[in-house]
Amino acid sequence: MSMNRREFLKIAGISTIAGLGSVSLFSRLQDKTLEAAPYLQNPEAMKARRWGMVIDVSKFRDEDYKKVIEVCHRTHNVPDFKNPKDEIKWIWTDTFKHTFPGQEHEFMPQEIKERNFLLLCNHCANPACVRVCPTKATFKRQDGIVMQDMHRCIGCRFCMAACPFGARSFNYRNPREFIKEENENKEYPARMIGVVEKCTFCTERLAIGKMPACVEAAPKGGLIFGDMDDTNSEVRKALKENYTIRRKPELGTEPSVFYVIGGNGYAVVPEKS
Amino acid sequence: MYNAGKIIFGLLIFLALVTFPFYNNIGKVSAKPEPKIDTPEIQKLPENERKCVEPKDFMRGEHMQMLNDWRDSVVREDNGIYMSSQGKQFNMSLQNTCMKCHSNKKEFCDKCHNYMAVAPYCWTCHIQPKENKS
Repeated sequence: MSMNRREFLKIAGISTIAGLGSVSLFSRLQDKTLEAAPYLQNPEAMKARRWGMVIDVSKFRDEDYKKVIEVCHRTHNVPDFKNPKDEIKWIWTDTFKHTFPGQEHEFMPQEIKERNFLLLCNHCANPACVRVCPTKATFKRQDGIVMQDMHRCIGCRFCMAACPFGARSFNYRNPREFIKEENENKEYPARMIGVVEKCTFCTERLAIGKMPACVEAAPKGGLIFGDMDDTNSEVRKALKENYTIRRKPELGTEPSVFYVIGGNGYAVVPEKS
Repeated sequence: MYNAGKIIFGLLIFLALVTFPFYNNIGKVSAKPEPKIDTPEIQKLPENERKCVEPKDFMRGEHMQMLNDWRDSVVREDNGIYMSSQGKQFNMSLQNTCMKCHSNKKEFCDKCHNYMAVAPYCWTCHIQPKENKS
């Protein structure tokens, strides 16, 4: 069969148009099935543009910290490896020097120098961990929470290296062997060996309209949780009425957890309604 | 062909070994897996509510895809509720919805999974219901 240049170009052009047309037609058909996706949000779910937390340190004693930590770790099946090197922590405490490095000085009140501070994932507005994750296992949700998809985590630990707050822990051992059966929360999964975990601001509780477990377990007004984008929210009120500091603000990750160092009765915190 | 006899003899032995599982099992019937759905939790439900999220045939063929979609929807898209094709709403959760009724992992999940030689890794993280040996 012989063909001149003109005929060849005609056939090539028509087949290109036919190919592109059918592709776009096909993708349009697929879109329709996606539109009918039967997934809904719980109508009781708590919603926000950017979740944030204010920690009023003056409200806490060491027993309160202990209680909050235990409640969180039990709720989320966090294992206890009995070994500080392999420790898994979603929420924990440390001294002023370690919490706010570079801000301590020799003349500060003894009480603050020696007391413990509550630490957890800062759910940064500009999270370094999310940028480095090669599988998008950790990602930022619409409501500002830095979430982990354990199904995708490959255990590379880039996020642990990236997080300047030490908020992430790696399961060096099988965590299931270190959760007592009577302490298991049967309504929440555990993790497997080789994944990284951290605080999630209790997304599973927010989804059914409950406050995070730590907020409920904390002394009244100790942990204030709410929408930082809503000027009338309790967090914004607390931020307005108190001088607050954040951990390592110079790094530019924009943490969403604020500390009222207070003492001396300056910490005015609105009552929980 | 050099050494034709040896080669053909070797090939025959090879074929005999490779096809051994087939002719060994010809005529034998291995029991079909029958996942049990008579858990106490299901028995307790009133007759008209003893239905899964979707019809049986759909669940049998598509539950793996469905669980995958649920997982992504819950973890990544912040949804919590599944609207079934019958218009009923369900909490999307393996531990809190599926296993609340199907509290017999060994007789339900494992029956087919073992038969089909598939090993889904749900239970490395998710906590399976405690099973009473009866």
